[in-house]
Amino acid sequence: MSDVTPTSKPDQPEDRSSFVADVTGVGRIDWRSNILIPALAILSALVVGAIFIALGDLDTLRLWGSDPGRALSETFGTLGDAYGALFRGALGGINPISETLTRAAPLILAGLAVAVGFQAGLFNIGANGQMLIGGMFALVVGFQFDLPLLIHIPLAIVAAFIGGALWGAIPGYLRAKTGAHEVITTIMLNFIALRLVDYLLTVKFFQLEGRNDPVSKSVLDSARYPKLIEFINPRYRVHLGIIIAILVAVGVWWLLYRSTIGFEFRAVGANPDGARYAGMNVVFLYVAVMAVAGGLAGLAGGDQVVGTLGRATSGFSGVIGFDAIALALLGRSHPFGVVAAGLLFGGLAAGGQAMQATTNVGIDIVQVIQALIIVFIAAPALIKAIFRVRAEAESAQVSQGWAT
Amino acid sequence: MKLELKGITKRFPGVVANDHVDLEIETGEILCLLGENGAGKSTLMNILYGLYSADEGDIVIDGKVQNFAGPGDAIAAGIGMVHQHFMLVPVFTVAENVVLGVEPMRSAGILDLDEARRDVEAISNQYNLAVDPNAVIEELPVGIQQRVEIIKVLFRDAEILVFDEPTAVLTPQEVDEFFKIVDKLKQDGKGIIFITHKLKEVLEIADRIAVLRRGAVVGTADPATATESGLAEMMVGRPVDLMVHKAPSHPGEAVLSVSDLTVMNIQGRKAVDGVSFEVRRNEIVGIAGVQGNGQTELVEALTGLREVAGGTVLIQGEDHTDSNPRQIHNAGVAHVPEDRQRSGLILGFTLTENFVLDSYHAVPFSEGIKMDWKASREEANRLIEEFDVRTPSSEIPASNLSGGNQQKVIVAREFGRQVDLVIASQPTRGVDVGSIEFIHERIVSERDAGSAVLIVSTELDEVMALSDRILVMFDGRIVAEKRPEETTNAELGLYMAGAS
Repeated sequence: MSDVTPTSKPDQPEDRSSFVADVTGVGRIDWRSNILIPALAILSALVVGAIFIALGDLDTLRLWGSDPGRALSETFGTLGDAYGALFRGALGGINPISETLTRAAPLILAGLAVAVGFQAGLFNIGANGQMLIGGMFALVVGFQFDLPLLIHIPLAIVAAFIGGALWGAIPGYLRAKTGAHEVITTIMLNFIALRLVDYLLTVKFFQLEGRNDPVSKSVLDSARYPKLIEFINPRYRVHLGIIIAILVAVGVWWLLYRSTIGFEFRAVGANPDGARYAGMNVVFLYVAVMAVAGGLAGLAGGDQVVGTLGRATSGFSGVIGFDAIALALLGRSHPFGVVAAGLLFGGLAAGGQAMQATTNVGIDIVQVIQALIIVFIAAPALIKAIFRVRAEAESAQVSQGWAT
Repeated sequence: MKLELKGITKRFPGVVANDHVDLEIETGEILCLLGENGAGKSTLMNILYGLYSADEGDIVIDGKVQNFAGPGDAIAAGIGMVHQHFMLVPVFTVAENVVLGVEPMRSAGILDLDEARRDVEAISNQYNLAVDPNAVIEELPVGIQQRVEIIKVLFRDAEILVFDEPTAVLTPQEVDEFFKIVDKLKQDGKGIIFITHKLKEVLEIADRIAVLRRGAVVGTADPATATESGLAEMMVGRPVDLMVHKAPSHPGEAVLSVSDLTVMNIQGRKAVDGVSFEVRRNEIVGIAGVQGNGQTELVEALTGLREVAGGTVLIQGEDHTDSNPRQIHNAGVAHVPEDRQRSGLILGFTLTENFVLDSYHAVPFSEGIKMDWKASREEANRLIEEFDVRTPSSEIPASNLSGGNQQKVIVAREFGRQVDLVIASQPTRGVDVGSIEFIHERIVSERDAGSAVLIVSTELDEVMALSDRILVMFDGRIVAEKRPEETTNAELGLYMAGAS
């Protein structure tokens, strides 16, 4: 309870809203908490990241004792080089933008998977596992059937969704029926999925012929997401996945704010007792939410398998499913926020690679910056204190009663 | 000791919670601070107790301006607070709770519980509190727990005691006991600030009355000459009708028939033990009882929120013993739940979303899975208009409304459609006087329109005023059935306390 709330209400239900966007049913966005605070968090993270970069530059650090003036200018030189390379690697040309979009697509989809969970009060840490299973479903469709492109690609997408949905429904069911907390079960299902995929990739049905390491057969061309700007230069990797991701985000927005299902999702997330009182089937909803979330993560896995890679490799989901958590928080669990955050993280990933290649600053600093963003997002009081943002959310509520 | 609040002003973003409030109290008198929810009583007391600092104004004790940085300073200055929600550790004994934070020590920092017990006994005897220092808090009834809070405050040498809505949790008999204690404290030279919105109590106990409205002191009154309606008018800012006006009832056929109903509580013990009753058309049946005697479980079972262990529930002749909340809703039942913030509303949702919370799944508010927000908003605006919900718009979160207006949202949603049975739990708990009047009127008009109405309330006055027939619940059973005109608060109070 904040120290400026005038009436203490100890009986109030647990406030879950810190995870979730301050968005009303019509999708109205409170610009202060959903745009200003995240933007300031990103800025703060870049500043603190700069300090880390400066501290990592040992040669310049030594100079501070003898020649502070030069040390200062060299520090700024280093920072300029690093952030300059980061920026150019993300947005400085067609290929950087292509890379940013390529990396953003699965991040957006997995981020939506986490965001839908948050909206319904569930903490889905299992996006990585759901991605892996969804990707494997898409893989089988991709190499096993020989179909025309217009059927094959949609079929692979549906398979990816189903695979992820099945994997996601398990923790939903366990939560609803036994009370097993989804945080624990999704983490464990991540491990199971990871090792299961490693195993499957050594099974003859999946494994690329003539290989002993866990690499799958290649997806047929008719199931591969077409590259979008191949006609300019074949090395530009950006493919259909980013369009799918953005369309899916719009679809998720519609689902959450324009459909009865989304109304139920958000109701159970904001107040499960209230949802039950209103006649909603909370048990079913937990399963449904996790299935939808898992399906979205499955689409991210499909994006990797039939989009970017063209095959499955060991742990092909990377850390996308975990970055997705950060991303959903940054995007305030709003589908469009997730898109924006996904583009940012995609840019950081692409730019980080370029920064590592052209300067002495490693890509690890990108992880540091991402982590810092989340620290600042998770501690909005910190941002408000630093930037003196007036806290509207904490404004007092006094009777708007009869006398007015 | 003389305590003065001078020109206390406290602003929160967008609102003035206290507006140049002047109050004074001396030891040996009882000052009642009367005001609706949200009038600024709690803010004022939190400033006095050092929890907030005032933007303007001074707290003056015996002519000296005080500067409280926290409750510790307020306690040191002789101010004690008994909160509405007790601040006790349930698994500790009375003595342990009383000394918590100011533990008497033997040498080498060893806790001296013997001394603590002696101190508690001494205070208990001095004020006839009859509290056993060795009793464990969670095994004590609420009334005794409140006395432990009083002992805590006295143990810290308070001269001025602040009671925040102290009678909300007590039975009528416990209230009488409590008033004796307060009177004894006054005789012993303590000053009492008594915060409440109950008019009867104010007239019974106060030496002086100050009325707070929208953050400002709008008047003071002398209990010898003040009347309930006069105080209510001062509180609300317009004349208020405190009586419930209703014609005699002419009950029709039974709408709700409960026979031999048994329901377990969360711990698996029998909370409702073989209860049978009927509620008929054009009739208001009130269930009186002290909180925790099975009323909550009874209502949850009737509305599909809790499993029925035995017996049957018939609504309009149809078996709804094992129905879920939606089936019961569809059977024409309106349910105003006991705890509006926990289950009646989704506070983060807009009013529109809350208005369609239990009917969103059908035409006109949705078609297939597509919500029709336009139709929903129209319904919201219709209900806001009809039920006089004070809000700037239908698109603000329910959490922004005052308690009374939140309750009106629920009443509007539940009564806004054609129903045959109304089940309302604590329909006016924590609701301001003006809204109480309105909600009572609506309940009566539901009855007159042909509904059967079941009211569950721990406010005996409310049950007496509204009901055509009263059932008293004690320990999971219905122990008495009375008509309001043939019984008294005192008699019902005895049944509520378990006398038979």
